[in-house]
Amino acid sequence: MLKVNDIHTFYGKIEALKGISIEVQEGEIVTLIGANGAGKSTTLKTISGQLAPLHGSIEFLGEAISGMPSHAVTAKHVIQVPEGRRIFPQMSVRENLDMGAFLRNDKEGIAEDLEKVLDLFPRLRERLAQKGGTLSGGEQQMLAIARGMMARPKLLMLDEPSMGLAPVIVDVIFETIKRLNEAGTTILLVEQNAAMALQVAHRGYVLETGSVVLQGGGTELLRNEQVRKTYLGEV
Amino acid sequence: MTAIKNGIQSVTGFFSTRPGKIAFYVVLALFTLLMPVYFQSVGNAFMVRIFALVGIYVLLALGLNIVVGYAGLLNLGYIAFYAVGAYAGMNLGFLMQELLMGLGFLGEKPENWSYWALLPFAAVPGAVAGIMIGGPVLRLRGDYLAIVTLGFGEIVRIAITNNIGGITNGASGLPAIGQRVAPVAGQEWARLNLSSGNFIFSKDLYWYYIIVALVLFAVLVITRLDNSRLGRAWVAMREDEVAAASVGVNILTTKLWAFALGAAWGGIAGHTYAYWVGFISPESFNFMESVLVVCMVVLGGMGSIPGTILGAVIITAAPEVIRAMAASPAFSGILTAEQASLVGDYRFLIFGGLMVVMMAIRPQGILPSKRRARELHPVDEKVLAQENQQLWEAEHKHNTDSDIL
Repeated sequence: MLKVNDIHTFYGKIEALKGISIEVQEGEIVTLIGANGAGKSTTLKTISGQLAPLHGSIEFLGEAISGMPSHAVTAKHVIQVPEGRRIFPQMSVRENLDMGAFLRNDKEGIAEDLEKVLDLFPRLRERLAQKGGTLSGGEQQMLAIARGMMARPKLLMLDEPSMGLAPVIVDVIFETIKRLNEAGTTILLVEQNAAMALQVAHRGYVLETGSVVLQGGGTELLRNEQVRKTYLGEV
Repeated sequence: MTAIKNGIQSVTGFFSTRPGKIAFYVVLALFTLLMPVYFQSVGNAFMVRIFALVGIYVLLALGLNIVVGYAGLLNLGYIAFYAVGAYAGMNLGFLMQELLMGLGFLGEKPENWSYWALLPFAAVPGAVAGIMIGGPVLRLRGDYLAIVTLGFGEIVRIAITNNIGGITNGASGLPAIGQRVAPVAGQEWARLNLSSGNFIFSKDLYWYYIIVALVLFAVLVITRLDNSRLGRAWVAMREDEVAAASVGVNILTTKLWAFALGAAWGGIAGHTYAYWVGFISPESFNFMESVLVVCMVVLGGMGSIPGTILGAVIITAAPEVIRAMAASPAFSGILTAEQASLVGDYRFLIFGGLMVVMMAIRPQGILPSKRRARELHPVDEKVLAQENQQLWEAEHKHNTDSDIL
């Protein structure tokens, strides 16, 4: 579905990605794990069009999308849920969700999807009229994911969904990610919480300073000694 | 004290009911339409001109409100679009007149249709200038954007002063000797047919109604715009550009639309001003004018149409009204003519001070839009405290392990 082939992305003169190649098949949850500065978020931002790669290609469903601006990538139903949630703080929850369907015109489909995401996150239903900025961190993350779902993503890319959240909420978020995937959404997940991410993911890539150093199935990586030592804190 | 408070509340209460609102709008409409007629009938042509001038500034403020209030892009060179509209309107008018005369359409009694003929296109030069400045500054925000737009405004003014392309006649202004702005078609008709006794349906009155019609049209269009898809895109972009892009808002075109649609109203106002006054020179388009228009939008309430109109009315009319008051016998005891003209001379100082006070006590403006008010000034202290707490927590949470790469 998504083929990222040897992308190099720069911040000024700093080469943040030194040739990353990843692949996501339809129906999968694929995770990118790694330490701070490994290039996980940069990879996601390059795919979503926030950054442009200097070399390399990105293909989605056989179509080249590298170098496209964000909104054009969104139009291909490749949806990024940005790092730090980035909901619209002064818009109500309802307006935030409507913004998620910004590029869609099918009123009935939008209403249907609204019901779906509200069923998925009953907390948001209670707060439809409340403005986004007054939600708790966990609720904001739910809203960010729900807003992403409103665009009917073919590929949903989540950037650090567990960041700064209480462990109880993290469990809820990961449970939701799993359910979304079971309902048919393909997911690319960037996470620092490697243990959680590898538990839900079908496959994973381990990134270190801009390169993929290891890849494999989720459980396989969970058992990998190097991964356990470096990312799961085992001695 | 409580009696006064109750009094105020019962008055505001009345105006928020349906019949109250209708009464308010009827009074407002009558005042707008009939006051200039009254001034004209008592021979006070000056006040009629002030009314028309207020209308021009309302148009400008409404246009700038699109850029500043809706899209959140500070533009300190807005008056440049006004200038572009004025100069384009006049020059095209001259061209058209020559063309019509050459073709033999303008007979012995010249009637100038060029204002009306060019009005539908008056937005174009402004909008094009808007895109020209909007394009290069798309990546700039806040202060940087303000500086570049300020520079743009000055470039346009200086270009006009230097008679660029030989079409502006430099500091002497337009029309140049030999050129003529003929009275607009219909104006003569109105003067002949609507005048009675001492009352003359003057040129200024005629233009006043044209300007009122343009303002109504602007309000209609901008209200629709505010509720449109583009309007929502502007709100989203103002709140968070990255998030807006991630839901599919094309930041590039959305910004350009804001610049173009905002500048278009500047162009229309400029075109109208040029034909009304019949003379334009670079002095009318200096930096302080840009600042005044920004003040109007900020004072009235960014993103709010009634607020913007109120701001424009206050800032344009206040010095003139105070001057007029001093001239009338009823106030001569309190305010001498000299004192009143001081108000005019020091108006920038007064408006500057007013801005500072506004920022301190009511940053959302006098009549704010609901959304903008929430962004700038939560009403309830308790809500404020609660929101700050929540925001602090939210901020704090994602700052704990923010990942640069």
